[in-house]
Amino acid sequence: MNWASASEFFAMGGYGLYVWGSYGLMAIVLAVEIALTLRRHRQAQAAVAALNLHNLLNPQTERQPGSSPP
Amino acid sequence: MVEPRAEPRLRLFTFAAPMRFHALAGAALPWLWALAAILGVASLYIGFFVAPTDATQGDSYRIIFIHVPAAWMSMLLYLVMAFWAAIGWAFNARMGSMMARAIAPTGAMFTFLALWTGALWGKPTWGTWWVWDARLTSELILFFLYIAYIALVNAIDDVKRADAAGALLAVVGAVNVPVIYFSVRWWNTLHQGATISLTAAPKMAQTMLTAMLLATLACWAYAFAVIFVRARAIVLERERHRHWVTEAAS
Repeated sequence: MNWASASEFFAMGGYGLYVWGSYGLMAIVLAVEIALTLRRHRQAQAAVAALNLHNLLNPQTERQPGSSPP
Repeated sequence: MVEPRAEPRLRLFTFAAPMRFHALAGAALPWLWALAAILGVASLYIGFFVAPTDATQGDSYRIIFIHVPAAWMSMLLYLVMAFWAAIGWAFNARMGSMMARAIAPTGAMFTFLALWTGALWGKPTWGTWWVWDARLTSELILFFLYIAYIALVNAIDDVKRADAAGALLAVVGAVNVPVIYFSVRWWNTLHQGATISLTAAPKMAQTMLTAMLLATLACWAYAFAVIFVRARAIVLERERHRHWVTEAAS
């Protein structure tokens, strides 16, 4: 164990600003990336669901490749 | 009249690769997140509570557990991105181009982390946040390359043209990666030499090395997880669009 007390741990031998500045920013950046990426995936899923619902409700507008134009 | 349900099977087959990726990545994701969390906690525990204080740098050296893995990831992810962009471009493989786009933001994130932690480490050990030496400058150029790739593929509306332009940029920019890696050997820089190499004994205590390698594995698992989530989102965005355009246009 390197640290006699919690305050010693947070002081990091006088380098607290640099060490916690590094780890703190990493925590923030990872949290932001995870949140943004999960949101993007949810939005993509919602868009697919909306399109499927649209095609289900309007089967006549869901045209097939190769069919004659209306 | 045509048979209304003649070609859904064909459509499914056409989209097989991205759809298969979507399913496989989805199954792997819980394991990847769990692995990243376990490895990350283990590396933090060893890095802060087991690894001793450094004789010359004091506790400031503990930044290494982020700095070195982030810098490795920044270079590795760029090469992987350029590889998939080139595959997508050369073979018209849609999943390759989508993979390249999914990797870019995570690569930029790790590059930014490497630069930021480098500045916070440089201040107490070198007395400066930043110097324009070969290692630091080439890593900054890597960050700009990621940003340029992201900006370029998003600036061109035609997806195939955007992928091709992005691939060209990514492949040309890949020459920067060996420049970063060998910069500390080719030029006199303030930055120290390689922390570990395959040919020499490690220049650090065993527990420090263990923490750093665990952190690196955690970064790998994290990168796989977050890139897979983003790639799945891109698959849905693109394939839905293509599906819809194909049906509406014909």
